[in-house]
Amino acid sequence: MSAILNTEALLKVSNIETFYGPIQAIRGVSLEVHPGQIVTVLGANGAGKTTILKTISGVMDPERGQVNFDGHDIQRMSPDKVMRRGICHSPEGREVFPFLSVHENLVMGAYSRHDRDEVAQDMEMCYGYFPRLKERQHQRAGQMSGGEQQMLAISRALMGRPKLLLLDEPSLGLSPILVTQIFDIVRRINRERGVAILLVEQNAHIALKTADYGYIIEVGRIVLEDTCARLMDKDDIKEFYLGQKDEGVRGRRRWKRKKLWR
Amino acid sequence: MQDAARILQLVINGSAAGCIYGLVALGFVLIYKATEMVNFAQGDIMMLGGFAAYTFIATLGMNYWLGALLAIGATALFGYLLDVLILRRVIGQPQFQVVMLTLGLGFIFRAAAGIGWGYDSIAFVTPFTNKVVRAGGLVLGQDNLSIIAGTLVLCGVLYVFFSRTRLGIAMQASSQNQLAAYYMGIPVRSVFSMIWAISAGVAAVAGILLSPVSMIDVNMGGIGIKAFAAAVLGGFGSIPGALVGGIIVGVVEQLSGYYLPPGTQDVTSNVVLLAVLVLRPQGLFGQTIRKRV
Ligand SMILES: Nc1ncnc2c1ncn2[C@@H]1O[C@H](COP(=O)(O)OP(=O)(O)OP(=O)(O)O)[C@@H](O)[C@H]1O
Ligand SMILES: [Mg+2]
Repeated sequence: MSAILNTEALLKVSNIETFYGPIQAIRGVSLEVHPGQIVTVLGANGAGKTTILKTISGVMDPERGQVNFDGHDIQRMSPDKVMRRGICHSPEGREVFPFLSVHENLVMGAYSRHDRDEVAQDMEMCYGYFPRLKERQHQRAGQMSGGEQQMLAISRALMGRPKLLLLDEPSLGLSPILVTQIFDIVRRINRERGVAILLVEQNAHIALKTADYGYIIEVGRIVLEDTCARLMDKDDIKEFYLGQKDEGVRGRRRWKRKKLWR
Repeated sequence: MQDAARILQLVINGSAAGCIYGLVALGFVLIYKATEMVNFAQGDIMMLGGFAAYTFIATLGMNYWLGALLAIGATALFGYLLDVLILRRVIGQPQFQVVMLTLGLGFIFRAAAGIGWGYDSIAFVTPFTNKVVRAGGLVLGQDNLSIIAGTLVLCGVLYVFFSRTRLGIAMQASSQNQLAAYYMGIPVRSVFSMIWAISAGVAAVAGILLSPVSMIDVNMGGIGIKAFAAAVLGGFGSIPGALVGGIIVGVVEQLSGYYLPPGTQDVTSNVVLLAVLVLRPQGLFGQTIRKRV
């Protein structure tokens, strides 16, 4: 772990502030992802997780702050150029191409690439991770179940051969067993392909188990960051994100009424 | 027998006219699917394509096929630039402003064509002009047949392009989900400009195919209204729908011109349109899919 952290950061987000019109969604967020690392950003609805990913991808421009990837500033770059630098995004809500087949969706994931043979290999790799996709390769993506679409969205992002994979709530709307399966594969992708992953989640359980390092975000601010092992041990995380209610601890802390970090 | 032959002839001539409506409608649909803009200048771009072919073939004396090809290419380039220089800037503006802009562009194109090529109807000689095919008591103009054949060939080419090539599939992808297309590294803006180029090129083909039947003049783009009806009929978003819609409008128009009192022909396209919208509001080929959460 420490060996990884000694490397230069692959992604370095510094003090970004992002707005939707007059509404400030991100209030000075900084985070880092190192090569080969899985980093998770946890937070409640509306905390700003998706907005962080959109700012990294170039769909939204930050008003202030820098996004540095692989030694280059990429804030204000258009999203297709950001992708070509090696950041692939599996967006919230999956956003598959509904009238294209599964196979064509994957072909689009590799749109920026010209190494045909390796694209074909990667396609087999995706089908290896998700055999269900291979069975349905000629079916329209819009006619697949939510879980299958999630598998497709992740595979499609992988087809771009990312250095960094952005995953926005891959557990959304999936059954617990499918969530476990998908996160197993996310971990395999990370180990086997050496892809760094920035994972946004509401399901803190699985995210903390999967990731190496975690950030907790509330209303556009990072309020806590640590290794996932240590985060899982913190009482506040247990109470507010993992839903574990240890009566003793709760009783002792009730007078505070607010979370520790406020 | 006589009657059957007559009807068949009307259907074929109507299909030929319908193919033209269908091709112009195809342009509407391609642009609408990609950018949600309705380009009311589509008929006028067809007119420009016709004049471009006239310039290459009649004025510069080129071979018909070469001149036609150059005219299609020039019109496609014109469509591309139209998007890059003007229309790209109004994406996301209210629909009303886009409509006014494209209507205005249509006026400008007609005025420019009038200044450049004059207001008389003109024609160039095509391999199909004034030739007929006789088969079993039928007399069919080669010009009409060439429209049908040309449309079929073009549709085949477009089908292969959109379903088999990487760029074609990327155009579909960009039309279906612009944001996701960006995430895939597809340069969506220039892909949209290329869609404008294809729409303009297809309109030019329509103008060239139509010229032996009806000559070229500044107001030939007026059939854009019928093409619009064809596009709505087909579901405004469906490519096969646009062509089928066009052929329905063309055939019904021919038949009503023959069997119904004079004057009805001009309104039939609208009557058919109204009937379809009442009975099947999503059009004949409306494409819908539930978004899963
Ligand atoms: N298109 C938009 N226009 C205006 N405000 C927006 C828009 N999208 C998001 N917001 C606001 O920005 C804030 C952050 O939203 P964001 O989508 O990043 O949250 P999130 O953490 O991803 O939430 P969730 O877990 O529900 O996906 C929210 O307060 C939201 O209301
Ligand atoms: Mg979100």
